[in-house]
Amino acid sequence: MTAPGFSPTGIRFENIEKRYGGLAALRRIRFEIAPGECVALAGRNGSGKTTLLRIAAGLVRPSSGDLTFPSATGAPAVSAGFVAHATMVYDELTAEENLLLFARLQQTPNTAERVEKLLHEVGLFDRRDSLVRTFSRGMRQRVAIARALLHEPSILLLDEPSTGLDPQGVAWLAATLRQLRDAGCTILMSLHGESEISLLATRAIRLDAGLLVADTRTGAEVRSILTFADA
Amino acid sequence: MSLLSSTTALLGKELRTEFRSRELLTTTVVFILMVIVLFSFTFDPTYNESRRFGPGLLWLAFLFAASLMLQPCFLREQNNDTLSALRLSVSDPFAIFLAKLVANTLFLLFTEVLMLPVFAILYNVPVLGVLGQLLLVFFLGSLGVSIAGTALSAISAQARMRELLLPLLLLPLLTPVLVSSTQVTIGLLDASPYVEWKGLGFLVAFDVVFLTLLWLLGEYLLEE
Repeated sequence: MTAPGFSPTGIRFENIEKRYGGLAALRRIRFEIAPGECVALAGRNGSGKTTLLRIAAGLVRPSSGDLTFPSATGAPAVSAGFVAHATMVYDELTAEENLLLFARLQQTPNTAERVEKLLHEVGLFDRRDSLVRTFSRGMRQRVAIARALLHEPSILLLDEPSTGLDPQGVAWLAATLRQLRDAGCTILMSLHGESEISLLATRAIRLDAGLLVADTRTGAEVRSILTFADA
Repeated sequence: MSLLSSTTALLGKELRTEFRSRELLTTTVVFILMVIVLFSFTFDPTYNESRRFGPGLLWLAFLFAASLMLQPCFLREQNNDTLSALRLSVSDPFAIFLAKLVANTLFLLFTEVLMLPVFAILYNVPVLGVLGQLLLVFFLGSLGVSIAGTALSAISAQARMRELLLPLLLLPLLTPVLVSSTQVTIGLLDASPYVEWKGLGFLVAFDVVFLTLLWLLGEYLLEE
């Protein structure tokens, strides 16, 4: 994965709350992710991980609290790249058409070259003219990740990104994320259990019933949080 | 410029996906054809009855077909959460609506133009002399249906009982469009054709008002 040309940006959650009617999905979430940090979000199903990621992506408006993106250089934050549970690509378009569409919408410079490069990097260049609906889940996930990286985001948000990937795919994703992390990209990802991808995390945060219950940067505790959440 | 380029890119996507699946066009054409043919066989209208009741029947068929066609408009975006991807990618969310309503208007117009000769033959109504004016009414009526329908499709896609909700919201809202379009069409299909300017003016006003509302409030309709 090529080193992107962005200014590192962090994420600051200040007393974020999200309620759906009477249900509190997130309660007074307060933490800050430094620019270039790689953070794993852990927690059981329904703990609020997806909601937090969708708030960070700007897809869900919090009921209260503030979300800011402090930049190391003071430059305005670019929109985050987001990989969700769903693939967020069109089944009735080819892999190339999907990427070209989103690149045009994001006004990515050198659209055709950027798309071609990403198709090579995710290993789908030979299948670029195939409809996404003919792809396996793992291949669709590769298109989804390519879509999220199109505009070289300074922040990458991933909701269980290894879903559907085979061991080779997981290794590829881990290598890609490592490169992005080393280039200064801020990564916030929800994970279940330990994997090659979780080894990239330098910090782990555990949510439980919408509350932040653990936050650590200590290596052993990071592993412990990720495995505990999966238990 | 950004709105125009985003709308063009999204319109290309709408047309490409539809011409690959042909889901909406097939459903709409078959539905309108069935209504026109069944009504003709059941009531066997006379020449005068055709001129009087034909336009109303035609627009009712268009309206019900449109409610079928508009249902999957935003529902399809939920399958893979592509609506979220669009929201993250476009700088102006109005581009999402604009592309969809232009595509819906084109699909609706296409089916209307396809069905017009069938209607003219089965109901023995000459349309060639007023073809231009008829196409104008079809365009204004279809645009009104598509603007309101696209907005309501975005609302109903996020609701429970969504299949029922869209027609329940759409049909009462579009009653004035139905009445005006029918009145103008009756005038055009009269033995001495005339243009019902009041109805035509209402259609233009409806389109402008609802397009402005969609431009102002569209962003909120897409929020989760």
